[in-house]
Amino acid sequence: MKPEFKIISDLINKNSQVLDVGCGDGILMEFLIKEKKVNIRGIEISKAKVQNCIAKGLTIIEGNAEDDLKQFPNKSFDYVILSQTLQAFLNPEKVINELLRIGKQAIVTIPNFGYWKIGLHLLLKGTMPVTKTLPDEWYNTANIHLCTIKDFVNFSKTKNFKLSKSIALKSDQQSFITNSNLNMKNLSSNLGIFLIES
Amino acid sequence: MNVKENIKTITIDKPLKLDCGKTINNFPLAYETYGSLNDDKDNAILVFHALTGDQFVTGVNPVTNKDGWWSYAVGPGKSIDTEKYFVICANVIGGCMGSFGPSHQNPETKKIYGTDFPVITINDMVNAQVNLLDHFGIKKLFSVVGGSMGGMQVLQFVSNYPDKTKTAVPIACTSSHSAQNIAFNELGRQAIAADHKWQDGEYSSKNTIPDKGLAVARMAAHITYLSKKGLQEKFGRKLQERDDLKFGFDADFQIESYLRYQGSVFVDRFDANSYLYITRAMDYFDLVKQNNGNLSNAFKNTKAKFFIISFTSDWLYPTQENKDIVIALNAIGVNVGFVEIKSDKGHDSFLLDVPDFLKALKNFLDKSFLEK
Repeated sequence: MKPEFKIISDLINKNSQVLDVGCGDGILMEFLIKEKKVNIRGIEISKAKVQNCIAKGLTIIEGNAEDDLKQFPNKSFDYVILSQTLQAFLNPEKVINELLRIGKQAIVTIPNFGYWKIGLHLLLKGTMPVTKTLPDEWYNTANIHLCTIKDFVNFSKTKNFKLSKSIALKSDQQSFITNSNLNMKNLSSNLGIFLIES
Repeated sequence: MNVKENIKTITIDKPLKLDCGKTINNFPLAYETYGSLNDDKDNAILVFHALTGDQFVTGVNPVTNKDGWWSYAVGPGKSIDTEKYFVICANVIGGCMGSFGPSHQNPETKKIYGTDFPVITINDMVNAQVNLLDHFGIKKLFSVVGGSMGGMQVLQFVSNYPDKTKTAVPIACTSSHSAQNIAFNELGRQAIAADHKWQDGEYSSKNTIPDKGLAVARMAAHITYLSKKGLQEKFGRKLQERDDLKFGFDADFQIESYLRYQGSVFVDRFDANSYLYITRAMDYFDLVKQNNGNLSNAFKNTKAKFFIISFTSDWLYPTQENKDIVIALNAIGVNVGFVEIKSDKGHDSFLLDVPDFLKALKNFLDKSFLEK
């Protein structure tokens, strides 16, 4: 289980309505059902992963977040989760808008491209970084819209949505991101976790 | 032995007002069951059959001596596990396997109904079949399941009886029959009517059947159940028991021979007038219109959990039409899962050995059954 799942779970109230966008094999969904007794649905594009979710008895809709979120009414979920998927969308801005429309709150986690090891890799080796959270080569990666924690914070200001909670994760150590430590956290963390609302 | 002895039937004595305005009374509904009803009576699954199906879902069909139409999916240990669930399936009204249909005698005129039989709808079909729940003392089904026209009955059933099932599985279907599908059905009906032996539907009193017309209807329909890729892979341009083209109109190609065979065996087991009535029922199916343009309203009173399945190569009831149902359910927060199964076998995929489909169906039912 990814270390961020515990943090996501801590952000969620018991018995709430949750949508996990890009839910994969449903590991987070199962965890949240166990920990928070949530009523949760998942959307997943991979047929094989959809089958795995069905085998676990999870409510899963095969689909693509860029096309298929529009079917949900405004504020139909307490939380909409997007875990390490934002960078794979053709139009991340549109997806964020949809998350904020259908969810009262959204939880977005991003692999931080500002992490110092990634910067160093690029600086010293001169090739696109390949890391544990970003394991693919540039020519076959699904991650076409990578960003840094700082990029995402700036994005929230430009687009006028509220960051209710901003958490940085370094391995399994978590800390809050504030205006004063933003540059530091942008360098030292490999993952950013944001609780956002419109 | 008279095969009709193998057909179980209940007589529905409660008057049923049909959509066409007529009311039918004391009519027979033929059914079959598999597995056994548990003491809590909460393990029953009502399976709805498609256009040319019948109540003999699995095992050997006692009338045709062939395997039941859903033998891949229904049986001990299978997707719809008859060791776990009590499976009920009825022949639709309008059909020809024992339920009230156009080959029955009109008690008033003592003549076979033929085209005097009232036009029936998907709504009428499910309103007839719901009587089986009372017959078996079942308050709430565990599931309603069906593909194609069976899927339409699933949707109509939940709409009419929102609290009578815990789960619902519409497969490869639509909420509103498309112009293309009405067109194909009309082609079939016109093929039957063009056979001079059809005699305006009164062929049985003249001891004949419109076998040529019905066979052509079946051949045309059969093509729509397959996919271009599936046909190409199975038949290609292979010749039928000959080394070269014969420069005539015999079945040179295997695909021709295959279709002719499909047509010829169909006429032995299916009634031409039933084909007219059931295709008409499908054409009239429009759950969107029934709900004044808003499909979500059909399901606004249900707590049933839905699982919708489509197939990539199904061009008769394509994924988008199935997804429209998912969208309508999500719009009102109904619990719905959806999967599109990859298959080259066209619309017929749901009847065939398609492991991903069979696995998904089994997992959905078995996991849902454990939820109390």
